[in-house]
Amino acid sequence: MKAIVNVYLKQGVLDPQGKATHHALNSLGFDGIKDIRIGKQIIIELDGLSKEDAMKKVTQMSETLLANTVIEDYTIEIA
Amino acid sequence: MKVAVLRFPGTNCEFDTQYAFEKLGHNVEIIWHEDTTIPADLDLIVVPGGFSYGDYLRSGSIARFAPVMKAVSQYANDGGKVLGICNGFQILTEAGLLPGALKRNADLHFISKYQYLKVENNNNSFLNKYNNGDILHIPIAHADGNYYIDNIGLAELEKNGQILLKYSNSNGEIESINGSVAAIAGVCNKNKNVFGLMPHPERAIELLLGSDDGINMLQGFAS
Repeated sequence: MKAIVNVYLKQGVLDPQGKATHHALNSLGFDGIKDIRIGKQIIIELDGLSKEDAMKKVTQMSETLLANTVIEDYTIEIA
Repeated sequence: MKVAVLRFPGTNCEFDTQYAFEKLGHNVEIIWHEDTTIPADLDLIVVPGGFSYGDYLRSGSIARFAPVMKAVSQYANDGGKVLGICNGFQILTEAGLLPGALKRNADLHFISKYQYLKVENNNNSFLNKYNNGDILHIPIAHADGNYYIDNIGLAELEKNGQILLKYSNSNGEIESINGSVAAIAGVCNKNKNVFGLMPHPERAIELLLGSDDGINMLQGFAS
């Protein structure tokens, strides 16, 4: 089983990398972009856990270490 | 004064910090991150600058769980004085010992230069040797110094006098050089025993180095 955690800066917290990339794409002629947020993806291979327990455990991991909830949000996908 | 300076894999300012405190006549011991206890009768713990654990995941996020940090948190929660410089500031915010968080600089650059700072609040053991409004010239060297705190948190910091230093120009006009909320360069906790700042006072202790404006921050803890 795999858990995919996406971590990105909260809405309302300025994302400097997203902003720079937005500018770069605009200057390359790509228009119609409203906003860009850049995050990171953490892929965790799990073993011997039910889907429910996996969700619980990965939520704990995210709250403790993977995300800094002062500035970041996260989503978890168990696949 | 008895000072402990922490050392993680990737720390690189521990010897400068030791040199600065020893120059002031204090007793300094460098503590390895795997230690689970800290020396008795400490007057101050310094979490120095560097790139602990390669700044992987987020600056300070992994160091914050190093074995020694349990004892440091305990020491801080018991009222002991802790100072975090640069990466140390990042570690202390990650550990929840200081409010807010440090993000990538707004212009995405690693900024390494001498920077003017304005003293915002001297009513604490870190800045008691300065006057409010003093303008200091101290090196900064960081990529993740963009201080973030939400509006409610910022109001709390202001109300409790927890904002220590702001980035400014040579006339003392505030300038957010890295995107920091309210141009904040350093804060303390509500109890005023845990301090953090991005600039490096230990690099501004001799005129030969370009400035000695930082030495009174380190000496402040002794008074």
